[in-house]
Amino acid sequence: MKQEVNGAPKEERNTNYQRKFEKVNEIINRLGRSQSALIPILQEVQEEYRYLPEEILTYIATALGLSPASVFGVATFYAQFSLEAKGKYVIKVCDGTACHVRGSEPVLEAIKKRVNLSGKKKTTDDLRYTVETVSCLGACGLAPVVMINDKIYGQMTPEAITIILDQLEKEDAADE
Amino acid sequence: MEQKNTVLIDGQVVELNGEKNILELTRKIGIEIPTFCYHSELSLYGACRMCVVEVEGRGIMASCSTPPAPGMKILTNSPRVQRVRRTVLELLLANHDRECTTCDRNGSCKLQELANRFGVKKIRFGERDVKLPLDHSSHSLVRDPNKCILCGDCVRMCAEVQGIGVLDFSGRGSNTVVTPAFHKNLADVECVNCGQCGAVCPTGAIVVKDDTDRAWAAIHDPEKMVVVQVAPAVRVALGEEFGLPAGEIVTGKVVAALKRLGFDKVFDTSITADLTVIEETHEFITRLQKGEKMPQFTSCCPAWVKYAEHNAAEYLKNLSSCRSPQQMFGSLVKKYWAQEIGKQPEDIIVVSIMPCTAKKYEAALPQFATDGVPDVDLVLTTQELARMIREAGLVFDQLDIESFDTPFGFTTGAGVIFGATGGVAEAVLRAAHEFVTGQPIDQINFEAVRGFADRKEATVEIAGQEIKVAVVHGLANAKALLQEIKEGKADYHIIEVMACPGGCVGGAGQPISPTMETKKERAKGIYNADKLSQLRKAQDNPVVGKFYERWLAKPNSDAAHDALHTAYSNRGRISGEEIKLMTSQEPDQLDIAVCVGTCCYLNGAYDTLQKFMKLAADSELKERINLHATFCLEKCEQGPVIKVDDEIINGVTPDRVEKIFTEKICTKLK
Ligand code: SF4
Ligand code: SF4
Ligand code: FES
Repeated sequence: MKQEVNGAPKEERNTNYQRKFEKVNEIINRLGRSQSALIPILQEVQEEYRYLPEEILTYIATALGLSPASVFGVATFYAQFSLEAKGKYVIKVCDGTACHVRGSEPVLEAIKKRVNLSGKKKTTDDLRYTVETVSCLGACGLAPVVMINDKIYGQMTPEAITIILDQLEKEDAADE
Repeated sequence: MEQKNTVLIDGQVVELNGEKNILELTRKIGIEIPTFCYHSELSLYGACRMCVVEVEGRGIMASCSTPPAPGMKILTNSPRVQRVRRTVLELLLANHDRECTTCDRNGSCKLQELANRFGVKKIRFGERDVKLPLDHSSHSLVRDPNKCILCGDCVRMCAEVQGIGVLDFSGRGSNTVVTPAFHKNLADVECVNCGQCGAVCPTGAIVVKDDTDRAWAAIHDPEKMVVVQVAPAVRVALGEEFGLPAGEIVTGKVVAALKRLGFDKVFDTSITADLTVIEETHEFITRLQKGEKMPQFTSCCPAWVKYAEHNAAEYLKNLSSCRSPQQMFGSLVKKYWAQEIGKQPEDIIVVSIMPCTAKKYEAALPQFATDGVPDVDLVLTTQELARMIREAGLVFDQLDIESFDTPFGFTTGAGVIFGATGGVAEAVLRAAHEFVTGQPIDQINFEAVRGFADRKEATVEIAGQEIKVAVVHGLANAKALLQEIKEGKADYHIIEVMACPGGCVGGAGQPISPTMETKKERAKGIYNADKLSQLRKAQDNPVVGKFYERWLAKPNSDAAHDALHTAYSNRGRISGEEIKLMTSQEPDQLDIAVCVGTCCYLNGAYDTLQKFMKLAADSELKERINLHATFCLEKCEQGPVIKVDDEIINGVTPDRVEKIFTEKICTKLK
């Protein structure tokens, strides 16, 4: 019987760890160990992990002969990098003025309830969902707006978003 | 056509002489343009905008990063310049925790000084509302990010002069802070406690940890005898705190002040510096005669020792095993002298007055305590001593001079020059010849190793053999030298390393001083004190001779080793998470860690790791293996290093993996 660890079968998780770490080394070797390669390396590594884990940043610093503090500095300077684990689905709820007035808050609550997130936690333990609020997605005409990965959903209501998430889960299960 | 090589500054014609920037030029003609981020020994940053001037036709420019060009018309105090400066100050102050009265740098803060100088009376912008946590983790320093003005001086100091890079900017915009990696505390990263970051910080964002309360408590404890030792570099700097020029020798006043403060005995660390010379030189000669690994590095700078423990694993064996003079002193007092005067070690409190912040860290190391009683109980910097003198209301200038107590008060010039870069090397050179040949050497002064050059060298002939000596100060210079040695491009017999630029006279515990000139004056004072000494060689110190007779037998004896020497260990550069590669849920699992810290990484640890991953994945026992990559198992000299449960295995090169896997792992799993 396979054991379940954090939602993923153990075997798969382990190959995942190894595959990702091998990929990190492949990226470093391919892009070279010069300091100017740092940003491209971080970009590719982030694609692998969906964020930049601390220990991997330390590893990259070691490989490039940089101090961990300066790698950390670069990783926190650019908005494109994230140092927190992000879920497979990043759900952004717009809380700009227009969206707020039109009820983005109940939508946010509904999402959190649906994916089982409480308090300040942004990402689910199984790394499936990350829920964030943003100040404006530039689609005020459709307020309230929710963005899931690259897709925009307008005129959301708590009911509508719950249906969308149900649907997403179904597709996801079929994929796996 | 003749182009005149001059500029006009505030209407004054000024000739150009290759000045790198407008700032240098104005300073030459006696105009003091304010700066935060400009330090002549650091790279240009040009971010604080405090140093603005107005250049006709070009507008407002940062004078620190603008080279003067012939014909420029420069205004240093125009209404526009004044406005910009004040706005810069207001913005900095708006974002600054302005609790000046309780700040350690109250009175020596540049922000405070400039706000006062430029008459900033009100701040038009809102207050900062976030309060960031302070970092009290280090024995030597306290970081208060709420006082940081983001000038980056500390960042460049640590990276450029010390070659480490503990601190850097993180985040962007209004969230920018200066911090160690991952917002860790100083004690959890590769900081060597040299304090140089704090010495250049214009504000109270990085300060020396204040131990004066502990010192007062010791003094006021009637049960304890409080003994104080004073390091060489203190006597040429303390005067600055009381308006005397840098480099003035105030030894007698320091002793008098300490006695008036209530210390029971006042001693001189220079005597154990003499002892260090004797021990270290004998150690060197033994190495030489046995044909052991060269060079021998000095070990009296705890910041350098920590640097080596983090970064130079393969050279730890080359560090002299001698403890620093501070620790030799503490050890002798508690081990031997206490007995002689009929006291228990715990009834004596040993306090040090040091130019150095790293000495605070050193005194707290567990290897320098016996049964939980530290050899040196507490370390105060020159700055803290000045504070105590002020608190006690002593008028320094009017103190009558006094002399050190016996027995630890009798010193030679050799011990005193420990305070300047090159001093230890010179003291060793004054002794080595005599120890080998029995003939004292005529030469006393070794000018070649003095001064502030990045690297200094000297060669002496001892019994027909050429001995090459190198001296470096500032850890970036040490780093460069280590690299050359590694590449086989440099070979020396003795290498003196001091972490602080200028040696101990430039320590971060010394009075805050912005310039190299001050440090040079202090060094001059040190060599003057040497010149004034009747005895100039450590081996001529009769009291040290008595120590051997009564306590230590002879140099490098077992007793000497026990009391005066130590050992070093590798240290990881950063604490934190490991990289998980295989996780096991089985009850009887086996833990395998493969080190990918700097040394092991460079020795090919990744290939080793990859082999393990493959073998483990193919093995039927894989369910029970916990495999991870870790940063530094602190056994760096023979990397790649792995750890199987609690067993450390060295030298696990890829070709040895299979054997080790079968022998160490498979057998354990069965
Ligand atoms: S104390 Fe020295 S090593 Fe530590 S952060 Fe400051 S400059 Fe760097
Ligand atoms: S801690 Fe001090 S030196 Fe460092 S950036 Fe802040 S204000 Fe400047
Ligand atoms: S001193 Fe010139 S910009 Fe800071």
